[in-house]
Amino acid sequence: MKASLAIIWAIGRKDLQLEIRNKDVVVAVAGFALLVLVIFTFAIDLNQGNAKLVGPGVLWAGIAFAGVTGLNRASALEVEGNTLEALMLAPISRDLIYLGKALGNFLFIAVAQIIVIPVFAVLFNLVVFRWEMLAISLLTTLGFSAVGTLFAAMSVRIRAREVMLPLLFLPVVTPLLMAAVESTSHLVNGRSWSDMAQWLQLAVAFDVAFLVVSAFIFQYILED
Amino acid sequence: MVSQTTQLAVKVESVVKNFGETAVLRGLDLSLPTGEVTVLLGTNGAGKSTLLRILAMLTQADSGTVSIMGTDISENGPAVRALTGSALHSPMLYADMTVRENLMFFAEMYRLEDVEELIAGTSSKVGIEPRLDHRVRTLSHGFQKRVALARAIMHEPQLLLLDEPESGLDSQSVEMLDRIIDEYRSSGRTVVMTTHIVEHALNIADRAVVLSSGRVGFNSDSPQRDQAAIQEVYTAQSESTYSRPAGTQ
Repeated sequence: MKASLAIIWAIGRKDLQLEIRNKDVVVAVAGFALLVLVIFTFAIDLNQGNAKLVGPGVLWAGIAFAGVTGLNRASALEVEGNTLEALMLAPISRDLIYLGKALGNFLFIAVAQIIVIPVFAVLFNLVVFRWEMLAISLLTTLGFSAVGTLFAAMSVRIRAREVMLPLLFLPVVTPLLMAAVESTSHLVNGRSWSDMAQWLQLAVAFDVAFLVVSAFIFQYILED
Repeated sequence: MVSQTTQLAVKVESVVKNFGETAVLRGLDLSLPTGEVTVLLGTNGAGKSTLLRILAMLTQADSGTVSIMGTDISENGPAVRALTGSALHSPMLYADMTVRENLMFFAEMYRLEDVEELIAGTSSKVGIEPRLDHRVRTLSHGFQKRVALARAIMHEPQLLLLDEPESGLDSQSVEMLDRIIDEYRSSGRTVVMTTHIVEHALNIADRAVVLSSGRVGFNSDSPQRDQAAIQEVYTAQSESTYSRPAGTQ
């Protein structure tokens, strides 16, 4: 168990180390999401009522679309150097590779959210800095990376992978997006944990189910 | 538990591999004893690299069985991969990491100990010590191939798989490669390599296998003695491949 965790951490840490050098993925995710937020602040009359009504949807739609851009970039980096195959040569089980890559993607999207969520709070003039937001953000990011890592690996060998990834990813994460939007909506309206409990439970169930299933399926995707 | 006392390093039985409608391996059978250096020869498309990728467990055969050191690769992948080192066509390195960082990362993947010492020893063997702290992106293709070789041998595998290892290497690097292959042979370990440089291959090999249309066309355990016959089969195969109408196998 300890050895497996060390392998997962080593893969995730390596991805983070490369990202700190290149800043390809975080810049793509944060930049895209910020652009979405800014466009909507001009497109909508942001009085307090409208902001609470549409703000959560805009935030999570922006992060989801931006997340796809980041996942595409992260998988392209592995494809360019053929480095996923180097990992496959190592005497480790394929599910550890999946969990390591998912950890890397989780860290990229989480870092991008550290930039995006405060900007969202300022632009939409909403109070989001509560523990509930941390839970929503972590659960949603975990689900995005669980699904995104699997589909990014699936679309790696497809010629039109930039198109294929969003087509596969977005329909599947819709329940998670709904949970994130509804929970955030409760949060900005000042409601408590108990009001958003059912949505957070949905997010937890989604994350657990996709982490387990994706780790299992991943080994078959990697083989020619 | 993988048995390392078995006589055969590689046993391939009735292996079939198709890519779409193209049959690459058509019921290939091959047995390679431990402690030998085997060269796989054949024209482009003969199936050499595909066979090597199957042995490296990067590609799955459509049917047939493959055993390495007595273990079916479909049963205990990680254990078999621990016995195998591969330097394939592409170097498969992280371009924005230094050579040392790449080797340290893969040492972690192979769960190796005394990593610093290991990297020093291996890099001296393949002649990359002066470049250890250079980013891979800044290295020539030849140096990248040396680093890939260092990664392949760092864990002292029992079976070394090399796909056209001399391509892109200068004569000094080829000599270094030959030394490593010799070292493997003398320590009773096994090397399987593909190449297009037949003369060089026959000089270093204990066994030469010519693949032809996805099967073994010629298998010699004395390549020096059978040099003329191997050249003949190889040349005939080349002529037939390149005179064949496009799209036929």
